[in-house]
Amino acid sequence: MSAATDAIAIDRTAPKPEGAGRVRQILTLVRRNLTHIKRQPEMLTDVTIQPIMFVLLFAFVFGGSIDIPGVDYKPWLLPGIMAQTIAFSSFIVAIGLNTDIGKGMVDRLRSLPIQRSSILISRSIAALIHSSIGVAVMSVTGLFIGWRINEGVVRGLLAYGLLLLFGFAMIWVGILVGSAMRSVEAVNGLMFTTIFPITFLSNAFARTDVMPAWLRTVAEWNPISALSQALRDNWGIAGLPVRPDAPWPLQNPELATIIWSLAITAIIAPLALRAFNARTTD
Amino acid sequence: MREVVIEAQDLVKKFGDFTAVDGVSFEVPKGSVFGLLGPNGAGKTTTVRMMTTLAVPTSGSARVAGHDVIREPEAVRASMGLTAQSATVDELLTGRENLRLIGDLYGLDRRFVRKRTDELLEQFSLTEAGDKVVKDYSGGMRRRIDLAVSLIAHPSVLFLDEPTTGLDPRSRVELWDVLRDLVRDGTTLLLTTQYLDEADQLADDIVVIDKGRIIAQGTPLELKNQSGAASLVVTVSRHDKVHEAAQLLRGSVEGEVHVDADARKLTAPGGDVAALTRVATRLDDAQIEVDDLGMQRPSLDDVFLALTGHRAEESSNQEEVSA
Repeated sequence: MSAATDAIAIDRTAPKPEGAGRVRQILTLVRRNLTHIKRQPEMLTDVTIQPIMFVLLFAFVFGGSIDIPGVDYKPWLLPGIMAQTIAFSSFIVAIGLNTDIGKGMVDRLRSLPIQRSSILISRSIAALIHSSIGVAVMSVTGLFIGWRINEGVVRGLLAYGLLLLFGFAMIWVGILVGSAMRSVEAVNGLMFTTIFPITFLSNAFARTDVMPAWLRTVAEWNPISALSQALRDNWGIAGLPVRPDAPWPLQNPELATIIWSLAITAIIAPLALRAFNARTTD
Repeated sequence: MREVVIEAQDLVKKFGDFTAVDGVSFEVPKGSVFGLLGPNGAGKTTTVRMMTTLAVPTSGSARVAGHDVIREPEAVRASMGLTAQSATVDELLTGRENLRLIGDLYGLDRRFVRKRTDELLEQFSLTEAGDKVVKDYSGGMRRRIDLAVSLIAHPSVLFLDEPTTGLDPRSRVELWDVLRDLVRDGTTLLLTTQYLDEADQLADDIVVIDKGRIIAQGTPLELKNQSGAASLVVTVSRHDKVHEAAQLLRGSVEGEVHVDADARKLTAPGGDVAALTRVATRLDDAQIEVDDLGMQRPSLDDVFLALTGHRAEESSNQEEVSA
């Protein structure tokens, strides 16, 4: 049956499969990830229903007991929940990447003539889009509870830019966790017991100045606090004035957010790349 | 001598202390089907992973379509297709979207991808299912779309890791037909299998691998001959003639005659055409009616047992390496 090898019926007009250009590789893979969201819209609950629940929960259930003098809690809360939502982009990347590795999809992609980094870049872009949908939903939700952008378009956009920058840093955390963990359940377990409480140990939901001293220090140095503070400042949301003895990140929240994002990226990115390469090479 | 398109030279792969592949060498001529036969954990998947650039050999080398898998992995990837052990298609995409995804990543012209997608869906009887998400596909359909995806760029070399594992017998035979078509069109196939009949059905050359080492090599026929000559099998029509026939057979061939009285079946070693003719004449002379008379070559299962001392379905070791 293998005799007729000379009369190869291969379509010679077929273009050579040299591998797509970089941009096409990434766009193709991003589209794949977005198709997943289209097919399973419930994937978006983590950035839509969940934060809306938090808004409702904290604004109306706990909010009455969280009395910050001179502060309207609901609009003040919203930037905190946005900061939390963007931190969870690490979650999204970790789950998606771990699933792709576990199901052999990464192997299939690696058997193609494409750059391995395209797999990570496309995952990251898709996760940022995923989280941005959440931020957009939160912004609309905010309009109903009195949240506004009060400091003009430029500062308003600067705040959104800081959100994205921090999301970019958190994506590396997601790549690290997604590559290092052996199952989606393990990813879920780890992220839920770390990122989740970390976002609460901040000024996102509560004032830090009444926390016990040691906890206050932790909370005020938490990058989530700097990000929340930067969002509140740049959207002009009335809150407690920053105490003169507050640590440096709260005094300079924009710069602190940028430094935190760069530092997390600088430390985690090499570890994440190493973990991904180790996991996908044998 | 035909052009060699797949070549492994003394491939070794170690995972820590465990040697999964221990010096495997083979050559596959263009347009042929090469079978890597062995039980679970024998090192088949690891060998395929090295050949397809997914794993780096600890030592040794390999070439696919003229390109070195270590030095020119990109070129290897551009010229081969891989269908891995578990169907690695995107379950949330439709069959059509899966084909397009991989076609786009190969960098193929968009119009070509569209045309080729229709062609492949047609060829694999998936035209109707093309717009359904793969999650809703049956096992056989999933295998077919997986294979179709591997073929989108017309690879000249195709690696198939246990292509029919988990398929029902009908889907299996259907897939065999598809693979034969591919070979007819000039594709070179390397497939791994635990199924001896599969290797027998498809492969021109077989390497039997056990515990990471090649223990036998040859055509299916050569391998069968290697585990001993064929035997002569007589099925007698009447129970009361079994004894008489056995006596007669003992007088006609050398070696021990095995008698299965219930099945009225006699098996004698050393089957060749001369013996067959001799036995036929004597049975006729003695007026012993037979239902069946013929030569039986050992199955590959027998071959495997003879070579390894255990059956192919058993795992050759407990350490399962790569999933």
